[in-house]
Amino acid sequence: MSQVVAENISVKFTRHKGEPRTALAETDLAIEEGDFVCLLGPSGCGKSTLLNVIGGLTVASTGTVTVGGQVIANPGPDRGMVFQNYSLYPWLTVRGNVEFGLRLNNWPAQRVRTVAGELIDLVGLTDYADQYPKVLSGGMRQRVAIARALALEPKVLLMDEPFGALDAQTRSRMQELLLDIWARKRTTVLFVTHDIEEAIYLADRVLVMSTGPGRIVEDFRIELPRPRVADVVASREFTEYRRQMLSLLRH
Amino acid sequence: MSGLVPHLSQSPAKAPARGALDGADKQSPSWARRLGDCFRPRAELTTASRWTLSLLGVGLFFGAWLIATEGGLIQPFFLPSPIAVLSRLVAMITQEGFLIDIWASTFRVMSGFFLAAALAIPVGVLVGNFAAFRALIEPLLSTARYLPASAFVPLMIIWLGINEEQKISVIFIGTFFPLALLIADISASVSKDMLNSAYTLGANSRQLFFRVLIPACIPAIVDALRVTIGIAWTYVIVAELVGADRGMGIAILQAQRFLLTDQVIAGIVCVGILGVLTDFAFRFAHRKLFPYMY
Ligand SMILES: Nc1ncnc2c1ncn2[C@@H]1O[C@H](COP(=O)(O)OP(=O)(O)OP(=O)(O)O)[C@@H](O)[C@H]1O
Ligand SMILES: [Mg+2]
Repeated sequence: MSQVVAENISVKFTRHKGEPRTALAETDLAIEEGDFVCLLGPSGCGKSTLLNVIGGLTVASTGTVTVGGQVIANPGPDRGMVFQNYSLYPWLTVRGNVEFGLRLNNWPAQRVRTVAGELIDLVGLTDYADQYPKVLSGGMRQRVAIARALALEPKVLLMDEPFGALDAQTRSRMQELLLDIWARKRTTVLFVTHDIEEAIYLADRVLVMSTGPGRIVEDFRIELPRPRVADVVASREFTEYRRQMLSLLRH
Repeated sequence: MSGLVPHLSQSPAKAPARGALDGADKQSPSWARRLGDCFRPRAELTTASRWTLSLLGVGLFFGAWLIATEGGLIQPFFLPSPIAVLSRLVAMITQEGFLIDIWASTFRVMSGFFLAAALAIPVGVLVGNFAAFRALIEPLLSTARYLPASAFVPLMIIWLGINEEQKISVIFIGTFFPLALLIADISASVSKDMLNSAYTLGANSRQLFFRVLIPACIPAIVDALRVTIGIAWTYVIVAELVGADRGMGIAILQAQRFLLTDQVIAGIVCVGILGVLTDFAFRFAHRKLFPYMY
């Protein structure tokens, strides 16, 4: 059985004036364990909505989501989430932020310390472990958020345009870092983006979504070899994937 | 915690655009540039310009006061000169035991204020975070806010008699309602994303409340205390209106009765100074308590 299964998910939002709006229409989705899947689509097509339904933050009007065989209703530590605006706790240091989830779940102090230390090392922030988020750059903040989400060893990592607010260079370094982490941890990842290159570069599968109403219209399997290096974007296969997705998104 | 409201993530908190507004070049900007900065919204000033402007403001005020009074434009009976007020203040402190009045008022203001805070913080936090609690008491709270504290003086005299408790109760009533509502707003405005991320890390309602909501709003609450203690000082006269024998308020009221304008102004200045001092104390404490914000 797949790690994440969404069946017949619809979400309707009531609106200030007029009819309720269908943000997501009867969507099915299955993600295998260890896969890196990107949700790609134009603004407003329901990417965040779908991700939040799986995260348990948005209640779907119809359908069910199962993660690791269990039907989910609420947010929980089996689904780590990373948001675009980091949402770190400003009163905690980098270490405090990463340890936060572990402490909530009453892990023994010794283990909290080692696990957090390893993760901070993994995202390359050992020098900043005792600093407050205030002094970190955007990229560093997002690395803390990733470490924090990974600390509880979630079954799936849900990321909503995590690099959307970063400049191009930081963004590409963060992509490499994420692939590196993923290669070591083999966590299942569902990654929302509206950037075609980002999706192809990162993913095993790219699910292309479309608006009116929001739905998944195509499922690309990306057969580019791993580990991927930055110049894979120049390859013929990459260009071909991009061409197909572009024409799909133009419609 | 089930059935959370759909969460809004479409408007990420973008970093504010950097540029000219941020005062990118800090080292000695030209005069034209400095002047320009004075009229550009949100432009940062250099520390030197800020102090110069502050001193200029205070200097202009006292200069105008000095010229108007010493120059004979205004009768000393209406407005004595700052020098006369200062010497009167020194005389009050050294010869008339004004320090006792200052202490009596300070004690009242602090007692009333801290009692109000002790109650307003829990009430505000509950109203801001629990819809049921909000529905239950917000209508009463927001109505009570419009009742003038001075209107309660007669009532408090009937209930408590003419004594210290009655005076403290005036300060309490004057600060409790605005403070509770302020804290309710602060608690309610903790960002949804912060709550959501705590839920996804496995927080239950109790943990969410004590480990996220409370720490997230405490800095703003301390700031609200700073603002409302200012309000508390403004009630000192009302509090001492009836039956006080010592206090800055009563000193001012008595001076008015005997037409001692310099003493009235000295008293007012003194309340002002104490207000500024408490403000500084709160700002200082804020920096010490919440180093992660600075
Ligand atoms: N809380 C809400 N209330 C009402 N409508 C909403 C709400 N959240 C989302 N919507 C609507 O649902 C649709 C899908 O929104 P969603 O945020 O999922 O889009 P998205 O694909 O993530 O877009 P973007 O790339 O801009 O983040 C939009 O039309 C939006 O207006
Ligand atoms: Mg979105």
